[in-house]
This record gives sequence, structure tokens and C-alpha cells, in this order.
Amino acid sequence: MAVGKEIRTKIGSIKNTQKITSAMEMVAASKMRKAQDRMEATKPYAEKIRGVIGHLGMGHTEYKHPYIIDREVKRVGFIIVSTDRGLCGGLNTNLFKNALQSMQEWQQKDIEIDLCLIGSKAGAFFNRFGGNVVAKTSNLGDQPTVTDLIGTVKVMLDSFDEGRIDRLFLVHNEFVNTMTQEPRVHQLLPVEKNEEDELKHHWDYIYEPDAKELLDVLLVRYIESQVYQGVVDNIACEQASRMVAMKAATDNAGDIIDDLQLIYNKARQAAITQEISEIIGGAAAV
Amino acid sequence: MYTFHLDIVSAEKSIFSGTVDSLVATGELGELGIVPGHAPLLTKLKPGTVKVTDHDGNVEHYYVSGGMLEVQPHVTTILADTAARAGDVDEASAIAAKEAAEAAMADQNSEIEYAEAAVELAEAVAQLRTIQSLRKKMGK
Repeated sequence: MAVGKEIRTKIGSIKNTQKITSAMEMVAASKMRKAQDRMEATKPYAEKIRGVIGHLGMGHTEYKHPYIIDREVKRVGFIIVSTDRGLCGGLNTNLFKNALQSMQEWQQKDIEIDLCLIGSKAGAFFNRFGGNVVAKTSNLGDQPTVTDLIGTVKVMLDSFDEGRIDRLFLVHNEFVNTMTQEPRVHQLLPVEKNEEDELKHHWDYIYEPDAKELLDVLLVRYIESQVYQGVVDNIACEQASRMVAMKAATDNAGDIIDDLQLIYNKARQAAITQEISEIIGGAAAV
Repeated sequence: MYTFHLDIVSAEKSIFSGTVDSLVATGELGELGIVPGHAPLLTKLKPGTVKVTDHDGNVEHYYVSGGMLEVQPHVTTILADTAARAGDVDEASAIAAKEAAEAAMADQNSEIEYAEAAVELAEAVAQLRTIQSLRKKMGK
């Protein structure tokens, strides 16, 4: 019986798609767990280094590092962290929307923007959209290292040192939980003073070799660790978002299969009924 | 016996955390031994091993590729670098990042062009196929 051959083929192909999406969902779920662990592992370093910088800033009021001083803004830099791959729902789109919004705020004040892009999706987007891209890196994989990011961060830090940019922002997705990922824009430079850091320290360090040099290194490490944290955070978001998107796709495929199955059954039944009525009609005529 | 708390952390992970008796590390100005009650200190570390002695006298060695050592009255922290850092290596990776950006800028609309080229190619292939099948028919 040739009824509904196209429908059967279509059901078959949707079933194949469903298999792929459910496999991707499971892969994303396991990767997400690992990414979350990595996210947790980066926290102690950032906390410690923040503590030390807070203390240094307090103890040495006579030396102000350029990274701490607020200066007049003529040009700003954005480090935008995106994913390398697609099929992760609206994650990147939401992030770019958010980034563009805050970029627009600066543009309205006639302030130009330098971009530093991490991840190939950001590269593709700003290629089409336009923008002054000064540094770019992509294909970091699931386990990025700080070493992978040093170059891109250094480009931005150098232009801050040379006065080409006066403020530096980091844009990335923040992992709230599996269902929620929020795009965040936060200021890297100048380093914002945390009020909580104003603890009562009654002692000062012995510095080897001297406070200024140590602060230089610490601040660079701090910025790097912030960017690294952003990247790791973004990977956890990517996996979570992909998991959710693929789950939705699998469910939708199931719905479509059910619908098609119903149509197929009806068509088959209609064909049978027609055949029977034809036979009966034929028999009656004889 | 006095002890103090030691954390060795890098940007990527926590390497060690626990109570120790003493520690020996290579600071920028020379070897350092830290025992409980050491004065607060902040110094750069050179790449090298950190020797940690715990309460039971067990000695463990950790390799750090540079970093910072911070000594506070009861807590000591080593902020380890994940890789040896040298100015020129950093410079090279910065240049690589810049070049990647320039390359991307130079090849503006590459993706769109690629899509257009793919469509053109598909058309050409279809035409070729039609011509071939026509030829076959003519041959017959």
C-alpha cells in the first residue's frame, strides 16, 4: 500500500533529527557539569588576589597605580566573550544585544570604541556589524587556559597604558543556574574600589622588592583572572543553554512526530475505507 | 607546635589548601623559609619548587611557574602563575591576537561571500549536470 509514503519518510527523518538533538543534550549536560566545576575552581584565586590588592591600595595611598585612577573618558574598550559554536539558543544574540546597548550609550557621547573579541561567534557578528576590532582569539575549546588569553588581554592593557583607551569593560554571560544565563557588562579598568575591602588592617607587609612593582604585577594578574573567569563562566552558560535548547528541540521533534503519525493513520484509514466502499460498490453492481 | 594555613591557588584551580608547619619557596630576592609567626610579607616568586612540610613532618613539593607569595599572621597564600611568564612570550601572543583581528577585518563579509559562492557553485553544478544529461540523450 503506497499511502502516505512521503509522511513515513518525513517521520523517519524527524526521528533521526531527534536522535541527534537528544545526543547533543546529553553531551551538553555532562560538559556543563565539568564547566561548573571549573568555574568553582577559579573563584579562590580571584578572591585572594582581590584581597591583596585591596590591602595594598589601602596601605599605600601615596602611590596610585594608573589602573586605579579614574580618568576622563575619550575612548573605551570592550572585551566581548562569546561561544565558538552555535546551537545554544539565544545566548550569543542576547549577549550581543546587551553589548551593543552599552556601546550605544558611549557612542551617543561621541566616544569611540575598541573591541577585543573572544570566541568565533563574536568574530562573525562584528564582521557583519562593523566595529574597530583590535584583538581577536577563538577556538579555545572546552578547557581554556589563562595562557590562551594573555595575548588578547595584553593588547587591551597596553592600549590602556598608552592612553588609547580610558576604560575597559568585559561582556560575558553569567551563569545563574541551568535555566538562567544573564549577559553582564562589567568594568575591568579602572579597577572599581570595593567598599567591603576597607577592613581594618593594623599591619603592613614587608615588600620584596617594592610595593609599586608588586602592585603592577598583581593588577595585571587580576585583570587576566577576571577575563579568564568570564570565559569559563561563558562556557558553563554555553553548555547549559545548549542543553535547554536541545531539550526543547527533542520535545518539539516528538510533537511533530505525533502529529505526522496521526495524519498518516488517518490517511491510511481513509484509503482502506475507500477501497472497501469501492469493493462493496462493485459487488452491488454485479 | 605552631602551624599556619597555606593556600596555593592558580587562576585555573586550587592546588593546595591545608595546615602546614613550614614552607620553603624561591622569592625574587632569594630563598625564603616561612614558619609560623613570620612577619607579613608580599613578594614575587621565581619559577621553582615550593617545599611544604605538614604537621606530621611529611614533605611535599609543588612546582610553581612564578607568582606571588603573601604572608599574613595566620594565613599564607601563594598566587601561582599557570605558566612561566616572560615579557617577550606575552608580547608574541599579543601580536598574534592583533594579527588575528586584522586578518578578520581584512576579510570582511567573508561569511556572506562564502554563502554567495556556495550558491553560485551549486548553480554551476546543476547546469553542468543538465548539459551532461542532454548530451547523453543527444548521443543516443
